[in-house]
Amino acid sequence: MSLQQLASQLQDTFPVGLVKAVEWRGDLAVTVTRDRLHEVAQYLHDDPAMDFDYIVHVSSVDWPDDEERFEVVYEFYSIKKRQRIRLKTRVPESDCIVDSLTDLWKGADFMEREVYDMMGIRFRHHPDLRRILMPDDYTEGYPLRKDFPLRGKGWRDTFEFLDETAR
Amino acid sequence: MAFEDQRTTVYKVDPAHPESETLPTLRTEELLLNMGPQHPATHGVLKVILELEGERLVKSTPVLGFLHRGVEKLAEDGTYHQFIPHTDRLDYVCAMYNNFAYCRAVEKLMNITVPDRAEYLRTIVAEVQRIIGHQFWLGTQALDIGAMTVFFYCFRDREILLDWFDELCGARLTTSWYRIGGVERDLTSSLLDKLKQFLDYFPPKIDEYVIFLETNRIWVARTKGVAVISAEDAVSFGLSGPTLRASGVDYDLRKAEPYSAYPKCEFSVPLGKNGDTYDRYWIRVQELYESVKIIRQCLEQMQDGPIMADVPSVTLPPKQRVFTNLESMIQQFKLFSQGFDAPPGEIYCGTEAHKGELGFYIVSTGGGKPYRLKIRAPSFIHMGAFDHMSRGYMIADAITLFGSYDIVMGECDR
Repeated sequence: MSLQQLASQLQDTFPVGLVKAVEWRGDLAVTVTRDRLHEVAQYLHDDPAMDFDYIVHVSSVDWPDDEERFEVVYEFYSIKKRQRIRLKTRVPESDCIVDSLTDLWKGADFMEREVYDMMGIRFRHHPDLRRILMPDDYTEGYPLRKDFPLRGKGWRDTFEFLDETAR
Repeated sequence: MAFEDQRTTVYKVDPAHPESETLPTLRTEELLLNMGPQHPATHGVLKVILELEGERLVKSTPVLGFLHRGVEKLAEDGTYHQFIPHTDRLDYVCAMYNNFAYCRAVEKLMNITVPDRAEYLRTIVAEVQRIIGHQFWLGTQALDIGAMTVFFYCFRDREILLDWFDELCGARLTTSWYRIGGVERDLTSSLLDKLKQFLDYFPPKIDEYVIFLETNRIWVARTKGVAVISAEDAVSFGLSGPTLRASGVDYDLRKAEPYSAYPKCEFSVPLGKNGDTYDRYWIRVQELYESVKIIRQCLEQMQDGPIMADVPSVTLPPKQRVFTNLESMIQQFKLFSQGFDAPPGEIYCGTEAHKGELGFYIVSTGGGKPYRLKIRAPSFIHMGAFDHMSRGYMIADAITLFGSYDIVMGECDR
């Protein structure tokens, strides 16, 4: 199945939930609405024509200027059909929660935990949603958000240096 | 004060005889044991909380992040070229393959075709790195189980290749030899000779490692049938590389999505049957033989030619020209200070490193820096299956399980 056929088949199956399908550099990226994410993922996983049995990665992108600020990105691969697909959905900051896909792919457990840790997106029905790379008691926000400073929080500039002549 | 010595009290609790209820019953509880983060067998700073029933593992919870350095955040601060040395520090045992995977991802984003000779050079060095990685793995895994001899033999042969890297790029571990669009420098005749010598020297040594391990009854008993994972579960957990292929799943990106010079070489992908630690070992040993085969074929097929793609807006000028030619100097300076202008878009590119699928997901909004760079690190994803694979086995098997993943914390925690 070519990428165009794959995209059009998804379009036919989910005329409402599918927002857009983009093909670029040989990668197919399908954006769905948040409420349809689990349904589409289940279809990709279970349908014999799709058979995306392998989870590649779960990632997230922060777009601070957009109304729906965060983008959750799933990437799947079909070992039998040798095909990749990227499934994306958008969530607003005020209510950043999406359905977890741990019931379909077991590997999603750690990957979603990482997204939660780094971007602060919560996953509904996730069995063990805790921070994974940062310490459990870390309260200074989510490091990969764009408003998290890239070069420290400025406290280094407040150091008082001794005058060289006074030493 | 009199103590009741409980150790000498003999309790006989027999459910068939109700009178035994009057006897005191043994109190049992699960024992929590912290393994790591300062434990030599955890291959770095990994902590695992083990819940034990006797010596059996009931549940294990990996605690990651002791080596988290925020590499993905760092990537957003530098240009594409500047990120190459950071990739060395991901999987610090096999820096070359990280460079390779990253450069391939950026080349996909920029739509650059790498010249033929560079592709062969990349494949040769990547396979040398695979040999180093598997030797390191074999040595440390055997050491974890207590077979110390193999460790010394592997490291002796690994030294030859590390010295070869030293001559190639001036560093043994943090190499940064790959460049976007090609490689940094060509193989000299001395390097070629040394590599050919090594290829003749090495295969008998692999046989030697195998004899050492497979005639060791303790080692065999501790690897066969230990930490079994079914093919279905391995796929569902997203395992990759030898860890996945040990369960019999035929998934190798070198074959599935051929890249570089791999489609021009003939090699086979060994598959396991049982999905246990022994099969994961066996696959890696077979891959050593295959790597030697691939390098031999590449050396035979390689023709003279450029080693860097000619795309001046993206690729670096040859180093000799930078010091003698004004335009090349300016090009080099601009590429490093401002970077090149990447088109807006997003790509994912996976590469078969020796641990598994090492992938980079890059989101670009134009400009010289990546907007978001996500690293798909096989070690991290393998840790996700740790609890599933360790349940029901002994504490000592947990150690061999880390070993069989070939875990490196620099990559796991990023």
